[in-house]
Amino acid sequence: MTDEKPEVDPHAPGQHDPDTKGHFGPYGGRFMPEALIGALDELSAEYDKARLDPEFTAEFTRLLRDYAGRPSLLTEAPRFAEHAGGARVFLKREDLNHTGSHKINNVLGQALLTKRMGKERVIAETGAGQHGVATATACALMGLDCVVYMGEVDTERQALNVARMKLLGAEVIPVTSGSRTLKDAINEALRDWVTNVDTTHYLLGTAAGGHPFPVMVRNFHKVIGIEARAQFLEQTGRLPDVVTACVGGGSNAIGIFHGFIDDPGVRLVGIEPGGKGIETGEHGATLGHGSPGMLHGAMSYLLQDEDGQTTEAYSISAGLDYPGVGPEHAWLKDTARAEYRSATDDEAMHAFQLLSRTEGIIPAIESSHALAGALKLGQELGPEGHILVNLSGRGDKDMDTAAKYFGFYEES
Amino acid sequence: MGALDSVFARTRGEGRGALIGYLPAGFPTVDGSVDLFKGMVDAGCDLVEVGVPYSDPVMDGPVIQAAAETALKAGFRLRDLFTVVEAVSAAGGRAVVMTYWNPVFRYGVDAFSRDLAAAGGLGIITPDLIPDEGADWIAASEAHGLDRIFLVAPSSSEERIASTVAASSGFVYATAVMGVTGARDQVGTSAAGLVERTRAHTSLPIGVGLGVRSGAQAAEVASFADAVIVGSAFVTRAQEGVPGVRALAAELADGVRTAPTPIG
Repeated sequence: MTDEKPEVDPHAPGQHDPDTKGHFGPYGGRFMPEALIGALDELSAEYDKARLDPEFTAEFTRLLRDYAGRPSLLTEAPRFAEHAGGARVFLKREDLNHTGSHKINNVLGQALLTKRMGKERVIAETGAGQHGVATATACALMGLDCVVYMGEVDTERQALNVARMKLLGAEVIPVTSGSRTLKDAINEALRDWVTNVDTTHYLLGTAAGGHPFPVMVRNFHKVIGIEARAQFLEQTGRLPDVVTACVGGGSNAIGIFHGFIDDPGVRLVGIEPGGKGIETGEHGATLGHGSPGMLHGAMSYLLQDEDGQTTEAYSISAGLDYPGVGPEHAWLKDTARAEYRSATDDEAMHAFQLLSRTEGIIPAIESSHALAGALKLGQELGPEGHILVNLSGRGDKDMDTAAKYFGFYEES
Repeated sequence: MGALDSVFARTRGEGRGALIGYLPAGFPTVDGSVDLFKGMVDAGCDLVEVGVPYSDPVMDGPVIQAAAETALKAGFRLRDLFTVVEAVSAAGGRAVVMTYWNPVFRYGVDAFSRDLAAAGGLGIITPDLIPDEGADWIAASEAHGLDRIFLVAPSSSEERIASTVAASSGFVYATAVMGVTGARDQVGTSAAGLVERTRAHTSLPIGVGLGVRSGAQAAEVASFADAVIVGSAFVTRAQEGVPGVRALAAELADGVRTAPTPIG
């Protein structure tokens, strides 16, 4: 069976857009200081114009093709799939994009918008450093000043990415407040933004934050799902049973999910970081084990205590180490259109090594959570199952963490 | 309708600006903060802002961030807020709460409003809640007789200033500069302009915050605003204990009396 669809425009307004105030059901909106509302209004207005402007969308598409290297491949992983109950497993190869992850999609879109708004300075937060590197890259390409906020803990565990950002001409500011990870990097970026909003665009790296960021970032990543759907049909003549992706803030997941959101037979499964195990309390499973509240500008799920204080997330992967999540995921969870599970550090590291050894592809530890999810989903589906995994990034940046985890340094 | 009206009726009657002092509740400890607030009231604060220490204070600079962290590490719980407000009120002070919205949401907007009113609190300043998202709070504040102090900023459009002041009661909080909290040598020239733009839309009193730390600055701000709001400078002086905050409150109280306040 084939299921042909006309070419899909990722930017066209549609039924899955939030309301005019940015609400997905009760989630989203703007829980932001008044001082930033003007900038969010300006961004909304500019984005609403740009998404309908054929020149803008053509320029974005051209950059994705000629600069980022899209479309990314869809690769079947048969030797890996032997460990997944014999189900067929396909990898959407966002790791092959320029800069090594899906992050480049959103960054190119927002950098183009920055130019349109006449702003010359860009700030960004980063966890694993992938978004920071992607932002520094786009700023180098377009001649924008770039400042990246990064938690001090993350600058240590992702030192290679810090060097890449500096080489690309960005200023990297280590953040020493709070838990010194992604959450605090966002706090510091917001403090910068409220001070310099006239000249500066905050290039937020995930589908979270105040409206219009969740819908805008999602739309810049929709290309992942649109490509993957067409490629899957072409290679198999059918749609997958399950699409799975890791969820920290949730940008790669929302991008691939949206390619299939109107295919009711396709399950959408997000994999959150289970850290050292949910029972230890050291995890980042916001949707699975958090509760509704507002953080960084939107109502969504978050990890919080009884008093509404944000609690620290934990994951071996810096990119998933975040106590919040994008508001559309909260809505997809509540409406049961998507399911959210978790994979522990150990399960993710097992999948990380397994994919490396069975397919010769070294995935990011973030993406390895989705691979760990796929191993379980395959067992559940059996040999008839067809699974699409978003391989959101490559693992070169994770070599130090992996070498320590597997004891490679001790062997040598 | 709000109890804050009488505060401003008095200060306007005296032809001066009101002095509003901020500290986080529970800083450095719950009992310690009660003593500091009593000292501030006694030395001339017309109103105090009792801050809720919060894990992610994106509108605050390093001084208030550190104070919030101190309070949380010392074991501050949200219920302690009501203890502090009650003690300040019992000592004859007038208190509003300044809080990021998630702790209120988590507690329950109506329950929080009920307990704050019961403790003698007069209203809430909401740095990350805009009226657009405030339907629950507007209903709860009406039900429990609390004032809603929303913020306007130099970047606010005329349209947003109009809708924000229309949803406000008690007073309007004008942020003097684009930026986070923290004492500055100069209060932005944008402050006077913002107050003027805001007055065009409301007869509510207008308080100016962000950056004020000295009696001279207080006098300057009081020449165009109805209230002078001081936060980080009190937090810094709290290191010297009650005498420190008393001395600053006295200096600022002199400041707000050395310049005539315009009738709004």
